Amino acid sequence: MTTLQDTKKSPQNGGRKGPAGGLLSRQWLGPVIALVLVIVANGLISPSFFNIKVVDGHLYGSLVDIIHRGASTALVAVGMAIVIGTRGIDLSVGSVIAISGAVMAVLIRDTSLSPFIVILAALGAGLLCGLWNGILVAYLDIQPIIATLILMVAGRGIAQMITDGQIVTFHGAFFEAIGSGYLLGIPWRVIIAAIVIAGLWAIMRKTALGLFVEAVGGNARASRLAGIDARGIKVLAYVISGLCSAVAGIIIAADIRGADANNAGLWLELDAILAVVVGGASLMGGRFYLALTVVGVLIIQALGTGILLSGLPSQYTLIVKAAVVMVVLLVQAPRARQMMGRFWRRRDPQ
Amino acid sequence: MINERYYPLLATLAVCALLYGYGIFEYRAFSDTYVLGNLLTDNAFLIITAVGMTFVILSGGIDLSVGSMIAFVGVLMAELVTGFGIHPLVAVVISLVFGAAFGAFMGLIIAKFDIQPFIITLAGMFFLRGMCFLINLDSVPITHDFVSAFGGFRIPLPGRGWLSASAIVMLVAVMSGIVFAHYTRFGRNVYAIGGDRQSAQLLGIPVERTIIQVYMLSGIFSALAGVVFAFYTASAYPLAAVGVELDAIAAVVIGGTLLTGGMGFVAGTFFGGIIMGVIQTLIAFDGSLNSWWTKIVIGGLLFGFIVLQRLITRSFSGMRAGAT
Amino acid sequence: MADMAQPVLSARGVGKFFPGVKALQDVDFALMAGEIHALLGENGAGKSTLIKVITGVHARDAGSVQLDGVEIHPGHPGEAQHLGISTVFQEVNLVPTLSVAENLMLERQTRKFGLISWKKTEADAREALKILGLDIDINRALGSYSVAIQQLVAIARAVALDARVLILDEPTASLDADEIKTLFRTMRALKDKGLGIIFVTHFLDQVYEITDRITVLRNGRLVGTFETANLPQIDLINHMLGRELAEISAHRHHARDGVVDRGNHIRIKNLGKKRVLNPVTLNLSGGEIVGLAGLLGSGRTELAELVFGAQRADSGLVFLDDKPVMLRSPRQAIRAGFGLCPEDRKQDGIVPELGVRENIALALQGRRGWLRPIPRAEQDKFADDMIAALGIATPDREKPVGQLSGGNQQKVILARWLVSKPVFLILDEPTRGIDVGAHADIIKLIRDLCDEGLALLVASSELEEIVAFADRVAVLRDRELATELSGADITQNNIIEAIAR
Repeated sequence: MTTLQDTKKSPQNGGRKGPAGGLLSRQWLGPVIALVLVIVANGLISPSFFNIKVVDGHLYGSLVDIIHRGASTALVAVGMAIVIGTRGIDLSVGSVIAISGAVMAVLIRDTSLSPFIVILAALGAGLLCGLWNGILVAYLDIQPIIATLILMVAGRGIAQMITDGQIVTFHGAFFEAIGSGYLLGIPWRVIIAAIVIAGLWAIMRKTALGLFVEAVGGNARASRLAGIDARGIKVLAYVISGLCSAVAGIIIAADIRGADANNAGLWLELDAILAVVVGGASLMGGRFYLALTVVGVLIIQALGTGILLSGLPSQYTLIVKAAVVMVVLLVQAPRARQMMGRFWRRRDPQ
Repeated sequence: MINERYYPLLATLAVCALLYGYGIFEYRAFSDTYVLGNLLTDNAFLIITAVGMTFVILSGGIDLSVGSMIAFVGVLMAELVTGFGIHPLVAVVISLVFGAAFGAFMGLIIAKFDIQPFIITLAGMFFLRGMCFLINLDSVPITHDFVSAFGGFRIPLPGRGWLSASAIVMLVAVMSGIVFAHYTRFGRNVYAIGGDRQSAQLLGIPVERTIIQVYMLSGIFSALAGVVFAFYTASAYPLAAVGVELDAIAAVVIGGTLLTGGMGFVAGTFFGGIIMGVIQTLIAFDGSLNSWWTKIVIGGLLFGFIVLQRLITRSFSGMRAGAT
Repeated sequence: MADMAQPVLSARGVGKFFPGVKALQDVDFALMAGEIHALLGENGAGKSTLIKVITGVHARDAGSVQLDGVEIHPGHPGEAQHLGISTVFQEVNLVPTLSVAENLMLERQTRKFGLISWKKTEADAREALKILGLDIDINRALGSYSVAIQQLVAIARAVALDARVLILDEPTASLDADEIKTLFRTMRALKDKGLGIIFVTHFLDQVYEITDRITVLRNGRLVGTFETANLPQIDLINHMLGRELAEISAHRHHARDGVVDRGNHIRIKNLGKKRVLNPVTLNLSGGEIVGLAGLLGSGRTELAELVFGAQRADSGLVFLDDKPVMLRSPRQAIRAGFGLCPEDRKQDGIVPELGVRENIALALQGRRGWLRPIPRAEQDKFADDMIAALGIATPDREKPVGQLSGGNQQKVILARWLVSKPVFLILDEPTRGIDVGAHADIIKLIRDLCDEGLALLVASSELEEIVAFADRVAVLRDRELATELSGADITQNNIIEAIAR
């Protein structure tokens, strides 16, 4: 029954990449227009939205706030985008954030190791988590959603074990700078996120890794027959996601100067997946867009800010998020497109 | 030779017996029916949710909206009973109808547009949680004679324990789940779809209709769980039952149901829920162990069961590789 | 018997078109009650498509299908089943996680007061299996049984449905001799009950053992319908492989005498794998085209996959210029300069979401590793060159390959290997399912390639093709190398004789 499967597999991505490809393609247009619309709407709700002030040499304002708050989500989301590119998903990112934050906080509190070593240890924890997920998915052939569910559940327990169930607080100029410091008026966390994302982009797009990830996500069998180590690529994707979450965990812990194993990164996996989808990638894998994923994060953050500005309780964000996801998914769904196509064709003659 | 379809269920029963046996061995109080009664009562809403989730997972899907549904139904009941003065039983009916309609709507989108259930029910989860806040931002009590009567109802068990109304509703829900799953064509079709959707289609099973019904059923069960939870706590809180969807999935998997669908037992889910309750009780009894061990042990059990199932399905010939 | 009656199932002028491919064209077919009718043809001949059209998997684009003289339009196999056409598909289409009994009785369980009575349902299931003389535990999961048993269960289910017509699509591929005997006994019993049975297979001895008539398809067209008893096997193979009567002797090898040694000596020595292929020894040199002939299931594809490391051989070695090549994975084969255009390009070839350029770059990039990306300008050049050279019909080089026609997808995969500059290229059915224009392009390309010093192994079921371009032909039969032909011995006649033994 190959034919049945095939029609399912090949998405109707007509027009995804226009003749010129790259930046001018339609793919790029939807999310960016959405972001502009949200920002304009925010401006209409509250004219002060566009104000950017410089206080004590630091930038302040709603726009800066969106980027500031979005930094950690963006980090997680780009890792998620790569995993989704391989036709996978990583539900454990929130737990990894908690684990890396816990490792960092406990090391700072209990040892006098240099910040550099502490950060390496936190990153190492993220790497191990990613490796675990990757091995389950690539070598034990467990479905990604299930494989990463294990760490999602157990990870918070591990983080609590590390912190002994308490919120571990710490002091240290270095980490306070990461969490809430500024460089040339720009928050450090934004700079870190930007560097990591740009680096990831370079690794993916300036080497052939990005192509390999997309090939494996599009057709793992064919990729293997073309000489690509499909399993290795999958493991790598989860490791990258683990590392990205670890960086986010470091930033989040540095921000509150403590590790909260229960709440650090809670529900972040959902926001990250949302951002990838809003950025236009299909959950069926085969393509990933790092820049558009960041745009997706900004859209979600700006929506939240807009709701705050309009005076509604922040919890309304949830309903808006749900609506956005539904619209994006329905627009993307091949079946919905077919139905729309049929609808228009039927109406055409009149 | 024992039928391999029963291996996961046997493993579940073994784990349950081991944990319970350990409890009895370590703590004398554990053998009292008081512990059992509390287990059944405290985990009633979780097990009811997990029974609905079992159908969803058997069909090869997942439903992340159940936790929010519990909270929403609670808030809705509070509003109906306390705000509008409607009798709780009428409010229950309204809640169940809402659960069915909402579940069916998600099922419709999943079946008709062929979108992953994971992301649709995620949107449902956000939506319902947001709706809670639309109605109510704080914790409110649900006061009504019927609610107090529900909370006070007890059937004594031999020993010091008793069966609460919550536990009875839960046991009835489990029984009806077993009947649905094993004695109706709908139930068998759910298994067939989860086992191999394409084959099911070729065998003439109404796949789309069955999928819609599955999510509708999950909506009803989670709404019922919300009712039980609201009566049990006699209050409604928009942030209630956060993360219950994960606990429910864990109960289903530890209960021996294949996460990719097609194999499993509703009875297993019951024991899966009990196992999770026993772990918590044991850790509470111990006193020196910390609560995070619950999560780690449950994660470990999840891993064990997933690998066990992987081994069983790997030995199957003609098994198509599961999609995402 | 048969010719007196009205056919129970008849198809007239049936056509089915897929983008770029005419899968079926003007096919007539008639099945009598009480006959076993073989439907034969090579891969891509249109057997499966015809069956899918009859059973409603595909909607037909032309012609009519009648059951008992009444026009039918089944929308899916379930509907066809209700009408009385039961099908056992090539891949078992039952649910492996359900028990045997449930697979037999799905949607037909006996109910009491609305609830399923398992006692009665299981008794019915046992009854259904009894017809096949199959004695297995019906409560175990179907997946825990061998594919052969699963196949028999599928047949039992189909038979239990009170069918008028039973279609068996390659049911014997995974059965052993005893199981085949059981199956044939059942088929004869059903035939005596008046069922019409369509039997698709590629085992010709079975065709002669069990069938009354034979219909042969080739390239989506009807070759003819014959009485089995009056059709010698050699004629049957002629019909299947489509030998033209006037043999064209446009053979290349004459012109190639005295070619200089170009290196690239490939030695395949005793390469085999249990239950897949008996050890095969075969030599090739640069500039040489070796054809692999044989019927479907003879081991053509398997040999290709073993040489490429896509399957791991358990015996034998492959040498390149007298050095053994590690073949534990395709990656190692590619590093050694091997390439494989697979038979099933949808499953094994294209990455549908990626564009033409990226698909073409894939193998070369895989060989270079991730750290040395091919510069974009170079990729563009490769892609444009290949689009021009192979005549790939695409609006631009970024078009997702999944949206191209079959023939163009095949050319993209060919291009993928060409840019990776292999020393040894294996083409498995390079012209399968593609239109005539692309067909000629690809044949020409195969010739050009070889003139550049590449060693080529081409597996094909098109004898014309093989005779036209091969310098030598290895004929496979029953998973074994039957014979090797070279020079003037390469004729369709000789190949067919070797296949028919």
